[in-house]
Amino acid sequence: MTQVSHFQEELDQLKSRLLEMGGLAEDRMRTAVRALVDRDPALVDAVLTGDTPVNQLHIEIDSRCVKLLALHQPMAVDLRVVLSAVKINTDLERVGDLAVNIAEAAVRYLAHSPVKELIDIPRMADIAHGMLRDALDAFVRRDTQLAQEVLNADDALDALKTQVFRELLTYMLQDPHKIEPSLDLILVSRHLERIGDHATNIAEDVIFMVSARDVRHHAQ
Amino acid sequence: MSTLASALQSRPAPPAVEEQSGRPCKIAVSNLNFFYGANRALEDISIDIPEHLVTAFIGPSGCGKSTFLRTLNRMNDIIAGTRVDGEVRIDGQDIYRGSTDVVTLRRRVGMVFQKSNPFPKSIFENIAYGLRINGLARSRAELNGRVEESLKQAAIWDEVKDRLHESALALSGGQQQRLCIARALAVKPDVLLMDEPASALDPIATQRIEELIYQLKSTYTIVIVTHNMQQAARVSDLTAFFWLGKLVEVGRTDRIFTNPAQKLTEDYVTGRFG
Repeated sequence: MTQVSHFQEELDQLKSRLLEMGGLAEDRMRTAVRALVDRDPALVDAVLTGDTPVNQLHIEIDSRCVKLLALHQPMAVDLRVVLSAVKINTDLERVGDLAVNIAEAAVRYLAHSPVKELIDIPRMADIAHGMLRDALDAFVRRDTQLAQEVLNADDALDALKTQVFRELLTYMLQDPHKIEPSLDLILVSRHLERIGDHATNIAEDVIFMVSARDVRHHAQ
Repeated sequence: MSTLASALQSRPAPPAVEEQSGRPCKIAVSNLNFFYGANRALEDISIDIPEHLVTAFIGPSGCGKSTFLRTLNRMNDIIAGTRVDGEVRIDGQDIYRGSTDVVTLRRRVGMVFQKSNPFPKSIFENIAYGLRINGLARSRAELNGRVEESLKQAAIWDEVKDRLHESALALSGGQQQRLCIARALAVKPDVLLMDEPASALDPIATQRIEELIYQLKSTYTIVIVTHNMQQAARVSDLTAFFWLGKLVEVGRTDRIFTNPAQKLTEDYVTGRFG
């Protein structure tokens, strides 16, 4: 029994590190969008220079997973937890990278006058953030119902991205000076949509972890 | 028992073994009970073991897996005060009924034990003995040929071909175990029962036995009892999990170790038992 509780302890540590990583990724994407909306260069800098903790956790979590696989050879649900952790870790690291991408777009965007008041981009950020938070909650609570809700939310995000593109297209057609900053906003909407895709991946991994069902690509 | 009953009801039943394995049934066991005196060691076991696959029996100590293995060639008959009811059909014939000749049965259903047990004779004689007493070699040349063939099948020929007439007891533990496998194969069985065949061996010797099992399954139906779950996962096509004398679950090994149907099986394979 000693070995089992030792393994369980390591598994719990893995989960808590993954949640820490999730919290950082969430925080960075929100900060990046706030920096853009509030036109706050200090916040932009904070995102651009603050990627190290996420990257360190990315490596640490993968290393924990490799050790768990090599030393404990987990089976069944334990195997699925470790495999899901590897994949969720990658998704969260990508969310961190996308936050940096949003901050980079913000640097360029802030060099111009505002194209328009930003309404749909904060809405997209709220949806993407909600999906990410729910996917991580679903992971903690092993809640496949909540994971399914994350999958369902992705369509709204995709629709908003299309809407943002169409609206900005009209601004670009009207005024060539708005092409460059508009393109940056389109990129930001694309990054937010990608964050939603990563949250979707995490939700799919949660469903696999809990119920061994592979729902990716609409597989049954 | 109520724990088992409620656990068994908690998840849907997996498909039949034949459906899962895609092979015809070699050994069909139905409603088998086994008693050591008044103590019922096996309760109502029903399982189909498909041919030319490796079926592993796993479960905690005392769960009945070795007892069950030994019912498949009536090896328990030699223990006083034991009793069997139910059916074990091999190729359709019930081995506990009528005219079954136990010696012939044990030739068809060979066995390898946890502790290698070569005869205190030469390597050659260890293999030749069974052939002679079963009248399976008509000439010296045929005998030599069968000995060589068996040693090759057991992947030990290259190591012993130059010292066939030396004592088998001078071989290493892993070599002795492969010699015992060669001895079991020499009399051309259909089924090979292996009771913890690698538990006393180092990892390299274990790996050789596992590779051998993998090669032998194209010719034989193999049933292996193992305490080592990783070994069951590596070598077997089907895994059966026993608990307190009952068969809890049987299915394809990849499913048993990634997504077992029964909570008890999951608790056992993830080490959350007891």
